[in-house]
Amino acid sequence: MLGLLHSVEIAVGATCLGLLIGTGGAYGKLYGGPVVRDLLAAYTTIVRAVPELVLILLLYYAGTDLINQALTAMGYQRVDISGLAAGIFVLGFVQGAYSTEVIRGAILAIPQGQIEAARAYGMSPGLLLRRITLPAMLPFAIPGLANLWLIATKDTALLAVVGFYELALATRQAAGVTKAYFTFFFAAGVLYLLLSLFSNFLIGRVEAWSRRGMPSLKEAR
Amino acid sequence: MANEATIINAVARTSLWLQPHRIVLILIALGLVLSAVFFMRWDWLPQYYEMGLIGIWRSLWILAVTCILGFLFAVPLGLAQATGSFWFAAPAKAFCTVIRGTPLLIQLWLLYYGLGSLFPQNPWVRESWVWPYLRQAWPYGVLALTLSFAGYEGEVMRGAFAGVPKGQLEAARAFGMSRWKAFRRIWLPQAIYRALPTLTGETVLQLKSTPLVATISVIDIFAVSSKVRQDTYLTYEPLLLLALIYMTITGILVFAFSRIEARIPNKIG
Repeated sequence: MLGLLHSVEIAVGATCLGLLIGTGGAYGKLYGGPVVRDLLAAYTTIVRAVPELVLILLLYYAGTDLINQALTAMGYQRVDISGLAAGIFVLGFVQGAYSTEVIRGAILAIPQGQIEAARAYGMSPGLLLRRITLPAMLPFAIPGLANLWLIATKDTALLAVVGFYELALATRQAAGVTKAYFTFFFAAGVLYLLLSLFSNFLIGRVEAWSRRGMPSLKEAR
Repeated sequence: MANEATIINAVARTSLWLQPHRIVLILIALGLVLSAVFFMRWDWLPQYYEMGLIGIWRSLWILAVTCILGFLFAVPLGLAQATGSFWFAAPAKAFCTVIRGTPLLIQLWLLYYGLGSLFPQNPWVRESWVWPYLRQAWPYGVLALTLSFAGYEGEVMRGAFAGVPKGQLEAARAFGMSRWKAFRRIWLPQAIYRALPTLTGETVLQLKSTPLVATISVIDIFAVSSKVRQDTYLTYEPLLLLALIYMTITGILVFAFSRIEARIPNKIG
């Protein structure tokens, strides 16, 4: 059960970090200068082309190592980075690449006139983002982001490979101790499935909320 | 004349693509790569070269087998969900939901450790002809990856089958085609055309889930790189090379699929 809690914590943290990176990345890709655009294109392409498992290993070891080296170089003591923080950072970095693409697509789907109108009203870029772009893109982004959230919950299982204690690893240990492999992995599968189904339900509610005032999909067709 | 125009066009396109900042970025990237080549340790490469090739071959083989088998499973799954009666559609839908709702790692471990620990308890399994296969790890890996691909792809095929206009099928029936012939000549090809872009993405995703079989002791390219890391105590070099290999395979896959997509007449539906 502690494992499940850890899994959910990491998934939530990673999705939040991914959303932040994604919003920034999408803005950079749409409005940034040529250098920023190319760098972001390289980031999303590379992250999406390399298996998550490899990325997790690379970032998990390289990330903690780099931070420690930087700290020692600056004369601080080495810190022990908690698995939770590292896991959130790594998965967030991966999620960021995917959500950049989703959010970029969603921002492009907003009728251009809305953004132009907001600019014409003299809104500052921050206000424009908060009041117009984010709310208006939400209905377009929710299905893609929901997929990402489900992927994030399932990717947390991969952290078991680097030895972080979450649901998959907890199950494996419990199964190894009791020798009842089938029962425990089955139970873990059911837990993940329940998590997915529950979040599907919540996402349905959120989507309905974000689409309020818009014609329903069936009518639009 | 036309030849000259195309050349000028191509030159214009490359000069548009090669803007000054791009050249600087490419130079920086080249510098990073070169410094990685010269300042990191690569002396282990010759020793593990052969093993790596076998690993790559095995990864590709697993990818191909699971994609083809999974797709064969996915077609009836999609068909059952798109048109079948409740008794066909409900199990297919349940299967897709379960597969898509649980992590592949758990499915893999459930099959390998779970089922794998149940089999030896039954004497008749030990005596049957499948036992030599069941003792190895790869059948479990292939089975898990196939099921997962079928689960995801079944959902895609459902949409693709449902998306083929009804008139086409009615026309085929009106021509006197049998149900099977109409399915084979009209319905399936059009559904595959529709699903092809998604199929590309799914295949790349499948490639990215093949390293998971390394956790159940199948020696694919990922397992080879782990072995190099354990033997030489190097952290980054094998992983970086591994990332490069996967990126290359992804690139080739995407390129191949885009060539196939380009062959399809694009005025459909």
